[in-house]
Amino acid sequence: MSEVMLKLDRVDKFYGLIDHGVHAVRDISMEVKQGDIVALLGSSGCGKTSTLRMVAGFEPVSRGSISINGREIHHLPPVKRNVAMAFEGYSLYPTVTVRDNIAFALKSGNLPATEVARKVENVAEMLEISNILDRYATSISGGQQQRASLARALIRDADLHLLDEPMGQLEPQLRTLLRGRIKSYIKERGLTAILVTHDQTEANALADKIAVMEDGELQQYASPDEIKEAPANLFTGTFVGEPPMNVFPATVTIADAMVTLEMADGLVLTYPANAFPNDLLARLVELQQITLGVRPYSVKRSEKGAPAVIVANQWLGDQTHIAASFAGSALVLVEHDRTHLSVGDRIAVNLEPSDLHVFNPATGMAVSHGTELVG
Amino acid sequence: MQSVSTLERVLRGIAITVIILFFMFPILWIFLMSFQTNETILRVPPSIFFEPTLVNYKALISGRLEGSTATLEIAFMSNLYNSLFLSVTSVTVGLLLGVPAAYAFARLKFRGSEDIAFTLLSFRFAPPLLVLLPLTIYFQQIGLADTYVGLIWVYQLIVLPLILWIVRGYFEDIPADIEYAYRIAGHGFWATFRRIALPLAGPGIAAAGLLAFIFAWNNFIFALVLASADKQPVTVGALAFITASGINYGQIAAGIILSIAPTFALALYAQRYLVEGLSLGAVKG
Repeated sequence: MSEVMLKLDRVDKFYGLIDHGVHAVRDISMEVKQGDIVALLGSSGCGKTSTLRMVAGFEPVSRGSISINGREIHHLPPVKRNVAMAFEGYSLYPTVTVRDNIAFALKSGNLPATEVARKVENVAEMLEISNILDRYATSISGGQQQRASLARALIRDADLHLLDEPMGQLEPQLRTLLRGRIKSYIKERGLTAILVTHDQTEANALADKIAVMEDGELQQYASPDEIKEAPANLFTGTFVGEPPMNVFPATVTIADAMVTLEMADGLVLTYPANAFPNDLLARLVELQQITLGVRPYSVKRSEKGAPAVIVANQWLGDQTHIAASFAGSALVLVEHDRTHLSVGDRIAVNLEPSDLHVFNPATGMAVSHGTELVG
Repeated sequence: MQSVSTLERVLRGIAITVIILFFMFPILWIFLMSFQTNETILRVPPSIFFEPTLVNYKALISGRLEGSTATLEIAFMSNLYNSLFLSVTSVTVGLLLGVPAAYAFARLKFRGSEDIAFTLLSFRFAPPLLVLLPLTIYFQQIGLADTYVGLIWVYQLIVLPLILWIVRGYFEDIPADIEYAYRIAGHGFWATFRRIALPLAGPGIAAAGLLAFIFAWNNFIFALVLASADKQPVTVGALAFITASGINYGQIAAGIILSIAPTFALALYAQRYLVEGLSLGAVKG
């Protein structure tokens, strides 16, 4: 199960002339192992759908190569790539029923009709669309069309399953239910899937690995945990995570066995130098100017700590999001209980060394996560 | 409010009646004329009451036109046949060429595609007489003057841009992903074109075909210049009714009724497609 199913090698995509047109995908290289689910995560226009469509064969590759199962396929038409795809716009055939739409991909194979019917029933049951199998695509809701489109892709026995925003139109409850089912369905059958999404929860729940993209570039390609705990750069750190990571510029000085972080508004955080390993201390001294990041979940209120003033307090039903003015910027912290803080209240917050992420402000690259130096 | 709405209804009814009368009166008058002799048509004052006769239709179908002083042999039915043949063949050729071209313009964005599409549309802007003079000379040189092939070729100037622009709009309305879904499921480009794109653009293709047929049928000038008597369509053949010995209005009226009958029937039968085709395709294009 560890062989490489999909390999993208220095892939570029230009819309228009190469080197002159819109550079939608920039020099992307990544490998997807057989049986893995990989999520391409990024905001609109980051190049994730372009990447997917190049793999499918709907967009020509401007530079680089794409291989499936060790075979270069970027020059082949879609029909010869053996990939299945669920489209963001559903793209069901309007002239046939949902059942025929789903069965369509299997009919071109050599399966007996009873086997086709059984498979369609199975996938329809999994996606909760058994009751609409005999209706036409034009007479069902957007969410149902999306599930029919997903069923049409998942039912196929392809090398690679490409899912473009496959659950964007579903209600939250159904989405939660189906995430689990779809993951089990893919894993039980040993399918390899690439999922395009801008929904972090979906990416975290479904994917074995996440490829974070921005402005056509691959920012980080790692497991969901690694991306959350050790973001490769400032973009990934602030993009992944809800609410986003808090970031503050700071100046580092080390004296008298203490590390001092001077921040805006005269705020100073001090830590004993022995809380950090020597290699990290050396790097901090070398940098002097850093960008400090801390996840909202890691910010703790305490008796003794750095001062902050509440600017907003929202109870979301299962957690509280508190925004406070801190070091000339906004600090967001999350608590699981309901708090009764009012705007203007003063609190003290504690930022533990093990929860700090340090980034190089010049390059945006991560320097350390907690007390571990990167690289 | 009720009185305003009633007034509005009455005014609207009157407006619609006036418009229908304005457009339908000439056709109705010609229809009535076709069942009258020259004497009843030309009486003063005119009247809508007369004794109907089929003499005009009989004369046209038999090909013998009775003038006030002489009998004239005309080939009206042969003209009608020519009209039918030229229109059907031109539209068929137009569809065979125009539909794939429309698909290419809609789906494959290549350099200069908009310019080429606009050039094809611009054939409709050129005054036919301007085109005809050089065309006649060339056609005579290459032996296409006074041939059905030559006429059908020239008729493409009328039908091809129409088909191309209406059908292109239809193809553009079909989400490309539906075709991609079919292609990725194991089908080639041509199979996708035939089994997905063509059926989905069906109403647009039907509308464009019908409209092109009507335009081809009503064409006069190309056939007048490029065709001799035995290949002339009914629009040109009708000139034979004007003779040195006078004009037989009843026979002209019967000729008009017979010649508009096919397009009229077609338009009535397919008016839903025509409205759809024009409102969706043409506006989008």
